[in-house]
Amino acid sequence: MFTQRNQEHHHLFMESQINRMSMQLNRRKFLVLGSATAGSILLKSCASPTPTGGEASGGAAGGGGDTIKVGILHSLSGTMAISETTVVEAEQLAIKEINAAGGVLGKQIEAIVEDGASDWPTFNEKAIKLIDQDKVVTVFGCWTSASRKAVKDTFETKDHQLWYPVQYEGQECSKNIFYTGAAPNQQIEPAVDWLLENKGKEFFLVGSDYVFPRTANTIIKAQLEAKGGATKGEDYLPLGGTEVTPIINKIKTEMPDGGVIFNSLNGDSNVAFFKQLQAAEMGPDKYPVMSVSIAEEEVRQIGKEFLVGHYASWNYFQTVESPENAKWVADFKKEYGDDRVTNDPMEAAYILVYLWKQAVEKAGTTDIPAVRAAAYGQTFAAPEGKVTMQPNHHISKTVRIGQIRDDGLFDIVFSTPGPVDPLPWNQYVADTKGFACDWSDPAKGEKFKA
Amino acid sequence: MILQGIFDVLFNGLSIGSVLLIAALGLAIVFGLMGVINLAHGELMMLGAYTTFVVQNALKSLGEPLFGAYIFVALIAAFGVAAAVGLLLERQVIRYLYGRPLETLLATWGVSLILRQFVRSVSGSMALSIALFSLLFWGGQWLLQRRPDWEQLRGRALAILLPLSGAIATLTGVVLNSNKAIAKPWFSARNIDVTAPAWLRGGVSFGSFQFPTARLFIIVLTALCLLGTYWFLQKSAWGLRIRAVTQNRDMSACLGIPTDRVDALTFAIGSGLAGVAGCAVTLLGSVGPNLGTGYIVDAFMVVVVGGVGKLVGSVVAAIAIGTLTYLLGSGSVPLWMTQLQLSEALKPLFDFFTFFSTTSMAKVMVFVVIITFLQIKPAGLFPQKGRTVET
Repeated sequence: MFTQRNQEHHHLFMESQINRMSMQLNRRKFLVLGSATAGSILLKSCASPTPTGGEASGGAAGGGGDTIKVGILHSLSGTMAISETTVVEAEQLAIKEINAAGGVLGKQIEAIVEDGASDWPTFNEKAIKLIDQDKVVTVFGCWTSASRKAVKDTFETKDHQLWYPVQYEGQECSKNIFYTGAAPNQQIEPAVDWLLENKGKEFFLVGSDYVFPRTANTIIKAQLEAKGGATKGEDYLPLGGTEVTPIINKIKTEMPDGGVIFNSLNGDSNVAFFKQLQAAEMGPDKYPVMSVSIAEEEVRQIGKEFLVGHYASWNYFQTVESPENAKWVADFKKEYGDDRVTNDPMEAAYILVYLWKQAVEKAGTTDIPAVRAAAYGQTFAAPEGKVTMQPNHHISKTVRIGQIRDDGLFDIVFSTPGPVDPLPWNQYVADTKGFACDWSDPAKGEKFKA
Repeated sequence: MILQGIFDVLFNGLSIGSVLLIAALGLAIVFGLMGVINLAHGELMMLGAYTTFVVQNALKSLGEPLFGAYIFVALIAAFGVAAAVGLLLERQVIRYLYGRPLETLLATWGVSLILRQFVRSVSGSMALSIALFSLLFWGGQWLLQRRPDWEQLRGRALAILLPLSGAIATLTGVVLNSNKAIAKPWFSARNIDVTAPAWLRGGVSFGSFQFPTARLFIIVLTALCLLGTYWFLQKSAWGLRIRAVTQNRDMSACLGIPTDRVDALTFAIGSGLAGVAGCAVTLLGSVGPNLGTGYIVDAFMVVVVGGVGKLVGSVVAAIAIGTLTYLLGSGSVPLWMTQLQLSEALKPLFDFFTFFSTTSMAKVMVFVVIITFLQIKPAGLFPQKGRTVET
């Protein structure tokens, strides 16, 4: 096909150029190339101070190269950028606050920000770059489980440390990762229990096609079976996919009289799902959707008119009433604008910077094994309430369920009385039932029979 | 029951197909008729979607029910913006690359990256800098062109003008960036919220069937675009010229058809249709800088399966792919087999279709079917016949 078109256009090319001298053609080329180069210079120079470079966040007060370098590794572009850029902002806010209060061990923190570009191999490349080239003392990063799995080996073989701020599917307990988001028993399981009690026994599971939704749904199916619920179907959309018609019709066929939809779609697919769910007139009264990846920021971007009345399960909502939260929300808005919202992963990202700082101060060094040992038992009065780092590298957190209201924030309809201890190995899945994790005891480690 | 199921598959296949078709229609013209592999097609759609966002915000103050009609204004604006950008692209980049498909492919891919990054980082200061640069550079050239010794001056003039205007524009940009209000990105890298007007958000019921209004709207819009394109190509004077140039460029040029202008017009119309598609898909999914990447592969798939150069091929291919996607992904086949009590008798077949009945697996199966089909008919459903094929 190419050769055919090639010839066809060769005629055109000859004809249109026949009267022009080749000199002119060269000048034209120069012109095109020249303007393109100038354009790219412009693009660079005029880019507003977005958080893409280390200089955007480094505390200038330190100076003299006397800084502690930390890595920030999230997607600033691609399908996950919608969520991950907000986490970067939260981490940078925490770093800025710590620097303003004098830094860590008397030194300023310098953040090196790298873009994982929503592409899992890129995450690994950038992780290697941060560790080997920039010699950072720790890395805050990743959102999707796929990206975390992509860098896990690197952190383990180099015995480095990753701090991971997002709720995830569990079934993992790496020595080289601290998880400050919820384990399944701190988000998914309480949500399923609450739905069974309040919303019905029939579930349809929808998720993006990668490791978190698949594992989460395995857990949910096991839990439903144990508690007398029914899984009426499950379906997966490719990450970033927007064609949800088959899924919506399947839900209608399987649950004609309504039922619970458990949604672990991630990123842009949520927009298509909720827009078309509403177009099919499947409202929250008959088809309540419980989401585990939709927080305040996503509500804003999907459009609250599509979401009002649906539910989400998190450890933190902007509407949590506590002095710590009031202060944090005010500080965040002051830094990034009054129209901004705070959400769970952002809060978890904010927590992890402080937990790392406390661990470094307790250890008196940035040496990785010492910081790791010092991290166990660290507590922090977080916006969500008190959190404690456990020897299994996860933190105790309060669990909440919120219903989306007209202003795009959440009405907290359920909340555990206190922090729930994390269980990385799931107790509903046969393979991991009865196992636990404890890195403070060398004999126990990643996975041992409790 | 089965009849209802078949009707269900047909409607939903048509609705998926119409999205594919509206995304592919512009490409069917640009790639099909002109042979330009335009990888920036998706980004032209994205520009259409962003235009919709701007129009929506501009008209928000009108209040209901007038605001509900913003989508029609947005459709026209999206066509205009995308066509203008397409025209610029054709005049400044693509026309120098006709007959060189590989270079076109790389150049348009580069353009798509530039456009994506542009909407992420465009701000008041950046727009002003670019405007200033264009004014100084092109304006300076225009002034100098009046001199009689322009031809001799040209090389030197450009060598001075380019860095000079570049430096001034850059400096202005840096100075303006110190003002936070001007330096704030217009859209930023985040997705933006385009809200469908209230009348497009619900559904229409006929008996036990339920049709989402947005889908019906897109089906009608696609049909209108198709009719419009067909009428333009078949009945109008410029359409005749476009077809003539497609069939035999040299002969058309000999007969006095301005092939240069025909190319520009064809490309602009193809781009404008991409803008309309971009506006339409805001009703369904999210709007962000990467909107185009989700549609570009599907659009090329439709054009290639349909047969390059044939509009009717794209129509049939889009509907066929849409129906197949829905048929497999919705699990209709295993459902029918159960209803006809064939699930036991044809167990392996039943298991096969059940396995492929999730949306992501259905996509895999659709691609397998397409690859197999292209092995048998490499030129697509409606291969082009005639003189150009043989040369």
